Amino acid sequence: MSRLQVELPGLTLKNPIMPASGCFGFGREYAQLYDLSKLGAIMVKATTLEPRFGNPTPRVAETPAGMLNAIGLQNPGLEKVVTEELPWLEQYDVPIIANVAGSETEDYVAVAERISNVPNVRALELNISCPNVKCGGITFGTDPEVAGELTRAVKAVSAVPVYVKLSPNVTDVTEIARAAEAGGADGLTLINTLVGMRFDPRTGKPVIANGTGGLSGPAVKPVALRMVYEVSRSVSIPVIGMGGISDVDDVINFMSAGATAVAVGTANFVDHFVCPNLIDALPDRLDELGIGNVTQLIGRSHRI
Amino acid sequence: MIRNERMKVAEQREIARNIYELVLEGKLADEIREPGRFIHVKAGETMDPLLRRPISIADYGNGRITLIYRAEGCGTRLISEKSPHGTADVLGPLGNGFPVRAAAPGTKALLVGGGIGVPPLYGLSKQLKEAGVEPVHVLGFQSDDVVFYEEKFSRLGETHIATVDGSRGTKGFVTDVLAKLGHEFGVYYSCGPVPMLKAVAEGMAGTEGYLSFEERMGCGIGACFACVCHTDSNDRGYVKVCSDGPVFKAGVVTI
Repeated sequence: MSRLQVELPGLTLKNPIMPASGCFGFGREYAQLYDLSKLGAIMVKATTLEPRFGNPTPRVAETPAGMLNAIGLQNPGLEKVVTEELPWLEQYDVPIIANVAGSETEDYVAVAERISNVPNVRALELNISCPNVKCGGITFGTDPEVAGELTRAVKAVSAVPVYVKLSPNVTDVTEIARAAEAGGADGLTLINTLVGMRFDPRTGKPVIANGTGGLSGPAVKPVALRMVYEVSRSVSIPVIGMGGISDVDDVINFMSAGATAVAVGTANFVDHFVCPNLIDALPDRLDELGIGNVTQLIGRSHRI
Repeated sequence: MIRNERMKVAEQREIARNIYELVLEGKLADEIREPGRFIHVKAGETMDPLLRRPISIADYGNGRITLIYRAEGCGTRLISEKSPHGTADVLGPLGNGFPVRAAAPGTKALLVGGGIGVPPLYGLSKQLKEAGVEPVHVLGFQSDDVVFYEEKFSRLGETHIATVDGSRGTKGFVTDVLAKLGHEFGVYYSCGPVPMLKAVAEGMAGTEGYLSFEERMGCGIGACFACVCHTDSNDRGYVKVCSDGPVFKAGVVTI
């Protein structure tokens, strides 16, 4: 067994690095740059029952060491994802984690049932934390009871393990984490973006057409690390950590905080080869740290 | 092929107020096949500013690319501080450029640029001229102090300058010049702010045209969906400026 391999419910990953949902489309663009089979997994863009155009532009704005986005879950809809995007990804030896979004419980259930039966989809990521849509998204992720019920409903129909993607825009993230676990979640992914704003001093108006956007990038990393640490200590299901990861020590630190694997988001826009670069850099860094196997990193901060 | 390369800075100079001409050397230059494409430049060496800056390619050849950009925010300011013997982290070439072949040899082509939308028209004009097409340029700027490349464009063909304050050429907008041009054009090409593109497309209705759009970008390769525009001409109802464009046939993008 490779020293980079990690095991998660439904997923045997050849390494713990994967691109995060919303930052990688359905892989086609990055496939022009490198072999997607190199990745531990791919978290594809959120899929909704019907196609969505998303929000008006501007949809992104730069912030200190980060960016705001309000794309608005633009995607071609379940039918096209299932018949075109996911079959196209079959040519790569990489497990797919399908991000599922919706406005109503029924939408999530319908998407989850169909998409979880696509052969290369090995797990679902339940998106209850998108801050940029008016209905659904984050409204499911800020109330523990609602989050637990939605998890239960999706678990009942899913053919593969279900990971729930948590929002950092709550008072106590562990409360939602425990509710998702009680609802039958097989794992958790965190964090989604932090709701933020930026204004244009000349006009006094928000720079992003949607008004608010989700903050991501290195700026959110300390918050993400703290939440991965807290959540992984308060539940017994595994965590995939994300939030500002861009270098190999970020990977080490998220795993030390309690993550079994990590996802890379915004950094894909800055260094388009960041995922394969991190995978290549990880063994040398483990050597320098005197660590034989990447699994030894998982939650090592908890033991100190 | 899209490359990520640390290109060598060969030259950098301010050619008008806050307008810089940057010449980069590297293998990436040999990957460019058409004018009007762009590259994505990392402004500094740290995480702040974080995102790359999309900059159109003004000219290319012999292992070099020429960029002309306005130093306006913190990112482009940092790029303007790059000096010869330094390097720039560049991803590219990206996007789709202007179709030179849309213009038939022996005909006139109209090239309309506004402000920092003027640069990609230079490489286009050179190639049109080489293909036996006669380029006619109408270039709009805010004022005399930000006009650039007038002489270079003039060497390639008839060139008209318009400035908003009248400090050089015709006072007003490019459309004021267009209204007075007497030529017949087989095709037109334009790059500049959206209101200008809209006015040019309306004024040239009935003539085949190609418009280059600018939009705030994230990844620059089509993955993040930051730079989408509405369209009525395909079944998905949108196009991405970075990877479907930035050049579109007039009428494709709803403006």
